Amino acid sequence: MGGVLLGAVAYDPKVVTIWDGFRSWLRDSGGLDFDYVLYSNYERQVSDLVDGRIDVAWNSPLAWVRARRLATARGVPLTPITMRDTDCDLRSVVVVRADSPVTALADLADRVVATGAVDSPQATLLPLSLLRSVGLTPGTDVRVRRFDIGVGLHGDHIGGEREAARALFAADPADRVDAACLIDSNLLLFGREGVLPAGAVRVLAQTPPYDHCTMTAGPSASVSSAGPWAGPDDALPSANGDVGDISDTSDISRFGDLLLGMDYADASLRPLLDLEGLKEWRPPRLSGYEQLERAVDEAGFYAADGAITADGYRP
Amino acid sequence: MPSAGADPAAFRAGVADLADLGLDEGGHLLIERGLDRLAPGGRLAVTGRHPALAVHLAAWCRAYGHRLDSAESPLVIVKGSTGRQRWSGAERAGSAAGPPAARADPRWGLAARGALVEAGGPPIGAHWSEREHVWADIAPKLYAAAAAAQWDPATAVDWTAAIDAVPPAIERAVVQVMTYLVENEQAALIIPARLLAQLHPHYREVMQLLATQAADEARHVEVFTRRGLLSGGPLGTSSAGGRASLATLLNEPDFTTASFLLSVLGEGTFLDLLRFLHAHAPDPVTADVTRLALRDEARHVAFGVAHTAHLTASDPAYLGMLRQSVERRHAALQDTAGLNAEVFDSLVLLAAGSWHPAAIRRGWQSVRDLAARMDEGRRRRLAAIGFPDDEAAELSALHTRNFM
Repeated sequence: MGGVLLGAVAYDPKVVTIWDGFRSWLRDSGGLDFDYVLYSNYERQVSDLVDGRIDVAWNSPLAWVRARRLATARGVPLTPITMRDTDCDLRSVVVVRADSPVTALADLADRVVATGAVDSPQATLLPLSLLRSVGLTPGTDVRVRRFDIGVGLHGDHIGGEREAARALFAADPADRVDAACLIDSNLLLFGREGVLPAGAVRVLAQTPPYDHCTMTAGPSASVSSAGPWAGPDDALPSANGDVGDISDTSDISRFGDLLLGMDYADASLRPLLDLEGLKEWRPPRLSGYEQLERAVDEAGFYAADGAITADGYRP
Repeated sequence: MPSAGADPAAFRAGVADLADLGLDEGGHLLIERGLDRLAPGGRLAVTGRHPALAVHLAAWCRAYGHRLDSAESPLVIVKGSTGRQRWSGAERAGSAAGPPAARADPRWGLAARGALVEAGGPPIGAHWSEREHVWADIAPKLYAAAAAAQWDPATAVDWTAAIDAVPPAIERAVVQVMTYLVENEQAALIIPARLLAQLHPHYREVMQLLATQAADEARHVEVFTRRGLLSGGPLGTSSAGGRASLATLLNEPDFTTASFLLSVLGEGTFLDLLRFLHAHAPDPVTADVTRLALRDEARHVAFGVAHTAHLTASDPAYLGMLRQSVERRHAALQDTAGLNAEVFDSLVLLAAGSWHPAAIRRGWQSVRDLAARMDEGRRRRLAAIGFPDDEAAELSALHTRNFM
């Protein structure tokens, strides 16, 4: 069957609006036989991508890390297609109350740090890696209070982060935390919402910049001329040597071109782009995931072969 | 309060100085003010002392399609092009100062007349989006008059005025007439409300006028109901023929035809009825409620006549459509009784004021005179919208016996 079948995670009802809208545009304006399926969590989406049940996946950064590991282990190729302008160069921050005696990450020893959900790259995995970089082992040297909201959504649901931010100012001292981990955009959002009162928090530390979501084509669309990353040994055919249906490949290529050609000036697309949180699609880059790969290893979140090894993670 | 723009220290070309203001407290306003003066690709230096300025700014630039060129001081924003792209296909929803547009674009949606409308967004599903089909030049003035003339049913009527002196039979006649009026006013409320819901809001004054018209009728329903119940008895009867007559009004799908049948012919006829009731009111409450309703109805009739005349002046062939609508309604009602006989008899009794045969004769004659005045009024209004006198007389004669 030709065409492109995309997987996306339904972290919010707006996902239906977005992909219904894109589906219409891709079919009507782009002439592409496109459809999508929704997943309740990223882990199943990644498995299905690598198994070839879907052609492309709209992957979180953590989903990319796992997809890469699974594909490498099986010797199947993946092709990054595109990413959003807003996926480039994000940072996570560790914040404390403005009047906190804590002035450096190391001062958090024996204190309580609030994070987002267990599988949130931006509000858990990356900031905890930052703590490790100064010699603090989460759970041993610092106590971690995790807000597991929307587990399986890889932090797309920001409820956990919001609760972590609120915990800085919890009325009951027993519930109050010393620091909270957030992505930079949510630091601004929670400030504007008043969840974090203006002037009430101080940024203690921030991660280096990293990249976020990436659109990834799986082995069902593989060819020898696949994109910037095509598996552990450059361009790999799939395990059985099948390079796939050439029409599928040209559909994937066309899908990428259509996304990259989406114009924010197009009034029919702009509301969808606004909902999806981008102004333009950009060519993919894979340089922004090393930090997360390291964080995943440190936390033992996934094994090298992509197996889920995180303690208590039930997406 | 300092005036906007009186802060040269905070702004100079190419620089936005936020002092200690954060982006979580509105600092983006100063940045956008600086960016507004730049073309895409232009550079804006941002200075400030807020501790999280760099972190906030990176997130803000990403979200709004700008590039932060440096993460260290001085922070420099390179302006993106998405702001311009957002407004590239924008257009004004007609002119705020001028007359409304001949055709209201569904894509203008609910935007204020004259607003700059971003392209995209859902089109409004309005049936009536052509000026000729809804407009009358007098609409703005009528709306202003309607807004100024709204009255409070609780205070505009002296509900404590005695009705004890009204003889029981006359009181029953009043109650029957009030029951009939409520039924008619409910139809007269639903019709403008329904037209309103299908009208493109670009024709703002017509929308406002229809809204006041519906509100007027809501008050009429209230005061007529209250007068009907004032003596503590049950309400009167509702005839099948009367309701059939009103149903034909509700079923009319065309804006102008509905306005013509309801306001020009129906409410026009009601003006004479309300004057008659006011003149023969046996008590001050009846006199008050009919006087107040009469004042409102006159505005409704004025708009109906002005709008219909506006359309027929530009499209005389429309007179044929209006004629057909009267004939169609007449044919539909031919086999119904028309006016509830108890309403007719109540009008006679009200005008008579007693059971004395001579009084009844006077009452009968008064109601005949009323019918003649109603006919004369209809003919005058039909002539005003362009019907020749003979045709006006013919159409007036076909008007429903139910008055409305």
